[in-house]
Amino acid sequence: MTTPNSKNAERLARVAASLKKRHAAEKRFRFFGVLASLLALSFVAIFFVSILSRGLPAFWQATFNLDVYFDPAIIEVEPRPVPNPGESPADFQQRDYAWQSQVGMVNWNRILENSLIALRPDLEDERRTLRSLFTSGERFALRDRFIENPDLLGQTVRLKLLADANVDVWIRGNIDRDLPDAQQQLSPRVRELADAFFATDALQMNFSTALLVNPDSRSSPASAGLGGAFMGSVYMILVVLFLSVPLAVAAAIYLEEFAPRNAITDLIEVNINNLAAVPSIVFGLLGAAVFINYLKMPLSAPLVGGLVLSLMTLPTVIIATRAALKAVPPSIRQAALGLGASKVQTVFHHVLPLAIPGVLTGAIIGVAQALGETAPLLLIGMSAFVSTIPGGPLEQSAALPVQIYLWQGNELRNFFEGRTAAAIIVLLALMLSMNALAIWLRKRFETRW
Amino acid sequence: MNMANSQPGSMMTNTLGKAASQQMSREVTVSAQDVKVYYGDTQAIKGINLDIYRNEVIAFIGPSGCGKSTFLRVLNRMNDTIDGCRVEGKVTLDGEDIYDKSLDVVLLRARVGMVFQKPNPFPKSIFENIAYGPRLHGLASSKTDLEGIVESSLKRAGLWNEVKDRLDQPGTGLSGGQQQRLCIARTIAVSPEMILMDEPCSALDPIATAKVEELISELSREYTIAIVTHSMQQAARVSHRTAYFHLGDLIEVNATDKVFTQPEHELTEAYITGRFG
Amino acid sequence: MTNWMLVAVLLGVMAVAYHLGLTRSRVMARAGNARRAAMHSRPGYYGALVALWCGLPAFLVFAVWNIAEPSLIRNAVVTMLSSEAGTMTSQQVGIAMQRIESIASGFGVAGDVTPVEAAAAAEMARLQAIGFYTKIALVMAIVLGGLVFAYRRIKPDFRARNHVEQIVRIAMFLASGVAILTTVGIVLSMVSETLRFFSFVSPLDFFFGTVWDPRFSTTGAAGGGYGILPLLSGTLLVSVVAMTVAVPVGLMTAIFLAEYATPRFRSIAKPVIEVLAGIPTIVYGVFALIVVGPFFSSVGAAIGLEIRATSALTAGFVMGIMLIPFISSLSDDIITQVPRSLRDASMGLGATRSETIRRVVLPAALPGVVGAVLLAASRAIGETMIVVLAAGNSPVLQGNPFEAVSTVTVTIVNQLTGDQDFASPQSLVAFALGLTLFVITLGLNVVALYIVRKYREQYD
Repeated sequence: MTTPNSKNAERLARVAASLKKRHAAEKRFRFFGVLASLLALSFVAIFFVSILSRGLPAFWQATFNLDVYFDPAIIEVEPRPVPNPGESPADFQQRDYAWQSQVGMVNWNRILENSLIALRPDLEDERRTLRSLFTSGERFALRDRFIENPDLLGQTVRLKLLADANVDVWIRGNIDRDLPDAQQQLSPRVRELADAFFATDALQMNFSTALLVNPDSRSSPASAGLGGAFMGSVYMILVVLFLSVPLAVAAAIYLEEFAPRNAITDLIEVNINNLAAVPSIVFGLLGAAVFINYLKMPLSAPLVGGLVLSLMTLPTVIIATRAALKAVPPSIRQAALGLGASKVQTVFHHVLPLAIPGVLTGAIIGVAQALGETAPLLLIGMSAFVSTIPGGPLEQSAALPVQIYLWQGNELRNFFEGRTAAAIIVLLALMLSMNALAIWLRKRFETRW
Repeated sequence: MNMANSQPGSMMTNTLGKAASQQMSREVTVSAQDVKVYYGDTQAIKGINLDIYRNEVIAFIGPSGCGKSTFLRVLNRMNDTIDGCRVEGKVTLDGEDIYDKSLDVVLLRARVGMVFQKPNPFPKSIFENIAYGPRLHGLASSKTDLEGIVESSLKRAGLWNEVKDRLDQPGTGLSGGQQQRLCIARTIAVSPEMILMDEPCSALDPIATAKVEELISELSREYTIAIVTHSMQQAARVSHRTAYFHLGDLIEVNATDKVFTQPEHELTEAYITGRFG
Repeated sequence: MTNWMLVAVLLGVMAVAYHLGLTRSRVMARAGNARRAAMHSRPGYYGALVALWCGLPAFLVFAVWNIAEPSLIRNAVVTMLSSEAGTMTSQQVGIAMQRIESIASGFGVAGDVTPVEAAAAAEMARLQAIGFYTKIALVMAIVLGGLVFAYRRIKPDFRARNHVEQIVRIAMFLASGVAILTTVGIVLSMVSETLRFFSFVSPLDFFFGTVWDPRFSTTGAAGGGYGILPLLSGTLLVSVVAMTVAVPVGLMTAIFLAEYATPRFRSIAKPVIEVLAGIPTIVYGVFALIVVGPFFSSVGAAIGLEIRATSALTAGFVMGIMLIPFISSLSDDIITQVPRSLRDASMGLGATRSETIRRVVLPAALPGVVGAVLLAASRAIGETMIVVLAAGNSPVLQGNPFEAVSTVTVTIVNQLTGDQDFASPQSLVAFALGLTLFVITLGLNVVALYIVRKYREQYD
């Protein structure tokens, strides 16, 4: 027994000698694993903290809370016209437009100025300075309010009026307050007045819906909002939902359940897999060449954007739907076929209903992908500045991600950085809730075999 | 029982040991005392005491789910790799507690090798398969040394003549029986003191099985072998002693011919006469 | 509005047709039951077939008509207008037609209506009326024809179900053909535009040119340099940085989550990391621009290195973050596919966990991981918005990641978003760049998908 024992001891000694190094290597490897996971997690954390910390404050904006007097002495207009009997619609519309432009001529700025002078009569001589405290869009907001309700004439209404973007930046301290006058965006007097009004209740940081409901604006940055972009995105998503999803589901059913094993089917499959990995910008080029240049479809229209995004999401939804169909066990099909159901009946009565949660998940993932896509939209003209909310899928429009792209490039950087981040929050909230819906659907209707 | 710790090799008094009628040394190499295993909340093994002697072949038999494989895996702590598995009690190898915190599981597994149910060669060449263990543990001091280990391991596994010309080809290309012998050779290459075999022939055809059984008898001269098997014939053919497990309990352990001819316990009798299984 | 009414009528007629088919087959079934076997198919299929015969051709004709009619009428009116009012510019025609359409619709226009306009409007209204009634008559004729044809075919041995199912199958086949159509569209449009571009700039100058400076020129000839190499080098630089971040972090994360982490940690960390995959690229771009870029630039300043805020490093780093979940979830799938028996074999021989991973699991998973990395690389190359915002847009041939670069995708966006003429080389070059990008990513994808599929088959 001695020989094997000593041989054994020597062998064990060898193994033991290597152990320290090996365990160190093990620890090192594990450490790298922990490090990588923590890095990945911390990227998520840094991302959300930096976006939220910049974006959330932007939902609160410097706002004047003032009593506005619709002074008949300033608003000298006739009553709004009513249609005369026998008048053509075109003629009436023209008279109405004439009235509206008359309303537009009213010096609305003066009304705004007066509402501040009512608080500080000593500022009567500084109307120009007072005017610059408001964002320029508010005078049009006042006009539109009057056009909508001419009965306001002679009344006093308490209104929330957005302050100028630079006033907002100043009050927030987003610009260094100690910078010399030459580098400040506001004159010393405006800054002084802004601080004075902010010290009273007249100027406050209020939650503002302008960001959510207004269309984009260049002349009045403080009232620029996501309303137009949001509607544009909604139209595009509707196009994707009604075009891409049914096509993709039909194609997936065909490929998974009916397609014969032949060269054509192989071609389609390879094609779909590759299409799923084609860079999105290539779809933009397709849209520019075919839809815009060849078919002469309108630039910047959500319909065209929706078409491009539909083509882009098609493979994603097809692949997800096929996976859902594949997960339905063959025994279900055999059972139905065994009872004399035809292939089509089997698929539509038995397989598809069982696969619906997976199909819905795939559809939602596809739509979420379409919602966040930017690059192809830039190539079909959706990066144009649009100051209205689109009324239909053929009107000019932006989209949420494109709006983010436009705002991040705005020169009024210290105001629009927050607004960009706020727009990102809105977009992410939409996408995350879509994903949450997908997860919920999957959990809720998940079938286990 | 705790004598096992202080005086390895003097376990002649062990009641179970008396039954071993082989003419080999009665040196205890592995001793399990009151071993209990839990998977989560379910208890798979309910307190087993068993001594295994040096250079014997001991077979674990019993119906499915009786805990024989679990007990086998206790002996080189392969259960550690299963989430939620917990082992209580004491297992010693040459007097050393293998569940002691200071014990290095890597070292333990270098001493107690394992062969699995399904042949599982690595997707590497035959040579690399055998050289894997020695390389890990730094057993070879040179390339020629390593080649020597590979050759002798394959020879001892009776595979050398079949594969010597294609050592650089993938191990997964061999037949099922060859693969299993490759796996045994791979285990031998580390020169363990003991080899655990978990139903090594269950995936093999009868001819391959015969070869592996032959190999087991051959190996029993140098190694202590514990083998889990579903086949009573196999247990009878290859083992010196047989242990019968039932629902997590060790019912009976005795010399193999005794277990199969005069079982002491009625459960054992019921099993070997095929009343359940 | 009238079109919508027609659609509603059509749908209504289809419903009626369905019901007719249904009843007739039921009546037949009842009559036939006494003598011999009943109808071949369930009554619903006869109804559906009649409805389809009724509606499908009608809808097709309706759609074609609606697409063709407006431009036909417009052409007719424009011809009439130019013969009476002399030649006009296209802008004048546009304004005139707007007025005429407005008059014809009965809404009227402000101001006086000239006799020419009135005549044209009357003509337009007449054509529109003719068109409308012809359309209704045609559609209704087709509806009735289809109805009668299908209705008369209802016989006990008529295989209605097979016909309906055939139509369903054909519709589904056509749907799956859309994917092919898309690819064909991409290839054809890009190839044709690229060929047009090569009539301005020689392919040699494009593929081997080292200067990118597509100057605007009024003559329509190509000015400046159209060399793609500075753009390719920028793309490569950004992608290399991205992969340097994504591959180690993604792979190690996958390994840690699959092999070491507790189930609890895994169940939290995995979805959290995958949130990164759902964030739109424009958002990553803004993140790079306002957070990562300034950070790198201040770090650079602190250690005495000049790092631009918008650089290949910034864009690549953020792109790397974007690709982490892509690499990690693909690798995770691949690693967990390596059978447990191999792990057991290695652990049983006394290997530590990391030795098992490095020497057994990873080599076995290597083809799959390589495929995943290639797919990620193809994404990095085709990624647009991050580089548009954060790479600095400086198309110069150089290899310093701390400097601004430009990429193929950035240039495509730049060349197509200005107010440029679609036929100028400045715009057309975007398609040549797009085709190059398409070919590169397609190549990567084909190789990657092939490797991954082979790998899956190995362990199936």
